[in-house]
Amino acid sequence: MMSHAAAHYTSTGLDSRKMAFWAFIGSECLLFGSLISTYLVYKGRSVVGPTTHEILNIPVTSVSTFDLLMSSLAMVLALSAVERGDKIWARGWLATTALLGLVFLGFQAYEFTTFVHEGLKLDTNLFGSTFFVLTGFHGGHVAIGVLWLLTLLVRSFMGKLGPDKALNVEIAGLYWHFVDVVWIVIFTVVYLLQ
Amino acid sequence: MPEHTETDKPERKHLSVDAYLAIAGVLTLITLVEVGVFYVPAFQAFLAPVLLTLSAAKFALVVMFYMHLKTDHRLFTMIFTLPLLLALGVAVALLFLFGVFVG
Amino acid sequence: MTSIATPASSVARRSGIWSWITTTDHKRIGILYGVTALFFFLLGGLEALIIRLQLAAPGNTLVSAETYNQLFTMHGTTMVFLAIMPLSAAFFNYIIPLQIGARDVAFPRLNAFSYWVFLFGGLLLNSSFLIGAAPNGGWFGYANLTSSQYSPGLNIDFWVIGLQVLGAASIAASINFIVTIVNLRAPGMRLMRMPVFTWMTLVTQFIILTAFPVITIALVFLMFDRFFGTNFYSVAAGGDVLLWQHLFWLFGHPEVYILILPAMGIVSEVIPTFSRKPLFGYAVIVYSGILIGIIGWGVWSHHMFATGLGPIADSVFAATTMIIAIPTGVKIFNWLATMWGGQIRFTTAMLFAIGFIAMFTIGGLSGVMHSSPPADLQQTDTYFVVAHLHYVLFGGAILGLSAGAYYWWPKITGKLLDERLGKIHFWLMMVGMNLTFFPMHFIGLLGMPRRIYTYDTELGLDTLNLLSTIGALLLGVAMIVFLVNAWRTRTNGEPAGKDPWGGAGLEWAIASPPPVYNFSVMPEVVSRLPLWSTREMKPIPDVPPEPVHVPGGSFWPVVAALGILLLGIGALLQALPVVIGGGAVLFVSVYAWAFEPFEM
Repeated sequence: MMSHAAAHYTSTGLDSRKMAFWAFIGSECLLFGSLISTYLVYKGRSVVGPTTHEILNIPVTSVSTFDLLMSSLAMVLALSAVERGDKIWARGWLATTALLGLVFLGFQAYEFTTFVHEGLKLDTNLFGSTFFVLTGFHGGHVAIGVLWLLTLLVRSFMGKLGPDKALNVEIAGLYWHFVDVVWIVIFTVVYLLQ
Repeated sequence: MPEHTETDKPERKHLSVDAYLAIAGVLTLITLVEVGVFYVPAFQAFLAPVLLTLSAAKFALVVMFYMHLKTDHRLFTMIFTLPLLLALGVAVALLFLFGVFVG
Repeated sequence: MTSIATPASSVARRSGIWSWITTTDHKRIGILYGVTALFFFLLGGLEALIIRLQLAAPGNTLVSAETYNQLFTMHGTTMVFLAIMPLSAAFFNYIIPLQIGARDVAFPRLNAFSYWVFLFGGLLLNSSFLIGAAPNGGWFGYANLTSSQYSPGLNIDFWVIGLQVLGAASIAASINFIVTIVNLRAPGMRLMRMPVFTWMTLVTQFIILTAFPVITIALVFLMFDRFFGTNFYSVAAGGDVLLWQHLFWLFGHPEVYILILPAMGIVSEVIPTFSRKPLFGYAVIVYSGILIGIIGWGVWSHHMFATGLGPIADSVFAATTMIIAIPTGVKIFNWLATMWGGQIRFTTAMLFAIGFIAMFTIGGLSGVMHSSPPADLQQTDTYFVVAHLHYVLFGGAILGLSAGAYYWWPKITGKLLDERLGKIHFWLMMVGMNLTFFPMHFIGLLGMPRRIYTYDTELGLDTLNLLSTIGALLLGVAMIVFLVNAWRTRTNGEPAGKDPWGGAGLEWAIASPPPVYNFSVMPEVVSRLPLWSTREMKPIPDVPPEPVHVPGGSFWPVVAALGILLLGIGALLQALPVVIGGGAVLFVSVYAWAFEPFEM
């Protein structure tokens, strides 16, 4: 007889992986907080080159923001489906979330290339540096999230994403929602509060 | 003192699909208002407080309901809120130190 | 890769280099951290010795100015990131699970990963010496000295990349230990029954979790400036070099609490044991530690009093800096009150702990002197600061960690360190430390700046500098005594038994060294001082009544760490194929790790 009960004992009754992930999200608050603070501190101080008013595209970015918000909805519906053991909808919603994430990345790619054509590069001025590094870090996080979601999708197709694995999807959801929430801040602070 | 194990999952009241959809609706609405406010000249003077409040509302909705913080154990809220408040404090302090609030 | 531990099988499977490379056992990882950190401590000490030999006489020509810059930069960087932090980590790893009654940390493979990333990061950083391009911008790398314009070589690149690699190790470990301490305590071990060392570790991990992302961003900005021409620290583009200082010290000040809190935790264990008295004001000491962690976030610009922040900012940070002296002072009084009326045994561990209190107090006093901006304008950037920081970091952190070494050595190795040699080590340290650093208070106030490779005899500081150098040589001798002690007791040391000191914590309830599974049964804790309490704890059997599940180890942590190393090397060489290769190795190992069957 194995002392498995002892091996799975926790002082709080809460899952260690979920706790670990919330701690990680805490550290990400400081990571993005530093990036956003730098953006704000340097706002309006560019000496040359295009600045916010000339180049940011609110209508397009509003669409991509909406897209990311909807991806959070898809994510939460995916978790719901996995918890119910509903394989079809689980795969459907996971795929939708990933797709919406890719769409967002597409918008980012479009925006970045447009800006470069309009004369705003990483090294052009302060705005270029702070903007691209901040949104680039965010986009990088989205990309990792998409990979994570696709992995879960594949696992589902392998029959390895039953309700007993719901926590894995929940944690992926925490990551995805946090990345969305960071974008909520960026959209307001960078785009709307020019 | 009773032992906790992973099988004793704290009973989480799960939101219904309808509730998730409703929240998505509210998020969309708020976004529309934000973009609308951005374009309305009358709001320019106090754009910052209005927009910050609106996006704080979106932030809270996603964190409390999509990330389940509201219905989960308080410990998760503490683990998240402490660094969040720290980040906010640091941001505000830096804004002051770099004279962003001065004239 | 799991198995059932029986005495025979656990010994057989656990020998050989492969078992160490794939280990996920917190005790082995603790030993790895300890040995590696000791090596880097000696390396940093060597750098210090060369610095002191160069400064032993005015106009000395032992090393060039360029070499000197590399020496003091690497001395500081090594001592902070490769010596003190990992020495603390050695104790976190070995002792925390034992103190809370757990079989291992929450994420054993992540734990191994942290160690390997630390090792590779430290090696990467020091490999710069092989090409004569060690980091040379000071351990705090101020912009824009560190820009590609003013530091065109690879030196700062090594620094920027090495530190980011090390940061990843620390953040991963902080998540691990937070979850371990919060979630893996034995039944009955409420938070306010945890040993103070465990509490201070918890606070430290929260500080690491929140402070390291800030320096990561600061370094990312610097890296982008140097590699991609961004403008974060470019004055010409409208940037502000103070952005670096703010981001760096936002990390840097909490970092010093990362360096000192674990040592304070150790002292809080050692003093009660050798006073045969429970810690005076346990709750107050815990709350003070938490307060220090929180207020520590509010003082950073006291490192920037000379940068023209203005009277309001100066006053605010002066006030917060003075305030943080309060919880610190409270701890000192509580330690003294613990000793008062106690039955003191002057073991080497106790001597180091008492030494900590005395030396840290001196360092704290010079720190409070810095908290006044007008006074600091004279002190900053002089040897007065060097005196302060070494009293708190050497007199504080190192003496505290040394106390921990003598205290827990028997638990880790099963043998006691020799007390006679220990006392010689202690006294050489005390005399050496004070001889090295006390004169620096005067050297600094009399006008000698930091970070200069030589000085003129007209300053009148020749004798004081020479005294300081002699002190440093004594410290070197002290370390040799310790190494001799460690070596000899491997074979000749007195066997320790479970509880050589009569300690109160759970770690003393099991064999020395502990069996691979630590506790044969889950301890049931009924008081804060399990082994001292009148409410007795059920004794822990020597042999497990049922088979105990022991994870077998994994090589994905070290492979993942190699991936990160390759990423770093690729970035350093600006070689995209290497970066891609490193990324691929990391990617594959993350997946393999995620899907490998590994049960705690």
